[in-house]
Amino acid sequence: MAEWVEACAVDDVDKEDVIRFDHGGRSFAIYRSPDDDFFATDGFCTHEMAHLADGLVMDDIIECPKHNGRFNYKTGEAKGAPVCVNLKTYPVRVEAGKVMIDIG
Amino acid sequence: MTAASSTKRDYSLVGESTRRAIETGLASAEWYHTDVPRKTMKELMQRSDGPAIRDTIIWIVAILGSAAGIVWFWGTWWVVPFLFVYGVLYGSSSDSRWHECGHGTAFRTRWMNDVVYHIASFMLMRNPVQWRWSHARHHTDTIIVGRDAEIAVMRPPDLIKAALAFTGILDFRYSLPTLVRQAFGTLSDDEKSYIPEMEQHKAVTAARWHMVIDAATIAVAIALRSWIPLVLVGLPRLYGTWHMVTTGLLQHIGLADNVTDHRLNTRTVYMNPISRFIYWNMNYHVEHHMFPMVPYHALPKLHELIKHDLPVANPSIWHAYREVWPVLLRQLKYEDFYLKRELPPTAKPYRGEFHDLDITAAAAE
Repeated sequence: MAEWVEACAVDDVDKEDVIRFDHGGRSFAIYRSPDDDFFATDGFCTHEMAHLADGLVMDDIIECPKHNGRFNYKTGEAKGAPVCVNLKTYPVRVEAGKVMIDIG
Repeated sequence: MTAASSTKRDYSLVGESTRRAIETGLASAEWYHTDVPRKTMKELMQRSDGPAIRDTIIWIVAILGSAAGIVWFWGTWWVVPFLFVYGVLYGSSSDSRWHECGHGTAFRTRWMNDVVYHIASFMLMRNPVQWRWSHARHHTDTIIVGRDAEIAVMRPPDLIKAALAFTGILDFRYSLPTLVRQAFGTLSDDEKSYIPEMEQHKAVTAARWHMVIDAATIAVAIALRSWIPLVLVGLPRLYGTWHMVTTGLLQHIGLADNVTDHRLNTRTVYMNPISRFIYWNMNYHVEHHMFPMVPYHALPKLHELIKHDLPVANPSIWHAYREVWPVLLRQLKYEDFYLKRELPPTAKPYRGEFHDLDITAAAAE
């Protein structure tokens, strides 16, 4: 069941960057791609408990700050060791300058 | 300067120290990081192919040039300087290339990191799959006894082993049988503890490829009735390792273990430009451990930015070894003894939650 929540304002995230969003005891990462599209994933790396918002966004890749594990943040696909488990992604929409994500 | 009662360390990755590290929360703990604004860190983390392509071209040209010199002057004394250069490039600088490309930070382009990583792994006789995972563990649990698979000098220190490390003999003796064992499909319990099950078959495959190339090299040497193929492939691991050991040992030796602050267990040493090229700036080792996302070419800048929060760097390799030697001698009697490096007044103090409990009594400042 859909549960849309407001994660941040559009301007809170730089292009080709990521920020952290915590809600209801859960943590998410909100991305703004170089093409100005928004995406959302689980906040923590599936390898170890490092927050991806401290990592580096390069094109459609987020690199974990702890062991440099890489995911495609658009699909959640793990791109190779040391990350083997895909990242959960969440639907995103932009409404009136706000980034909304469906955490349902 | 005092010493606590001796605590026996179990360096296996499935033993008593492992259990204790997990129980006390030392394993996979939250580590101290110097505050760096996100915008600045983002700039420092930026990847670029340029510096690593330049350095790799220099590296390959120097390797091929010195190899040509070895072949040309073989049988004369003129071969010695070429062996010296080739050995260091093959047996030492491959370590830093392996390291940076393993992190994926040397090049921006992933496949370039992967190609250099696999070549360097072969040169070092390291299983590229196994070592990728062991190094991830080293970053998660740096010098946590029972967790870190890459503790170079254990306590109490074995000084004969440490001295022999400079010749590469011990590493050779460990690496080759390890690859043979893995090629036959056997991983040790320690290896299984940090290589996920779904990756273990890849480690076996990689070991088999290494064995195939080594066997082919031996076959060529026999066919040519010449030592040259072995002097160029494999043996530099013996005669060219000394620089890797000289620089690499300083990363953590004599400093604290079982702490969660890289300022306590890791050392930054200023080095000459040639050693920094060979070592790809890993002399900025506290900085690297704190922020492994920062590429080697940006580490000097990161160092300038955060040095107010770090112990003062050793001014030279020689200075660092002079600092380490008395600590090692002391550890022969009291293995809990270590060097606690003083922080400048501008730094945030060491946290006490783990550090004060176990080791303060054994520290020398």
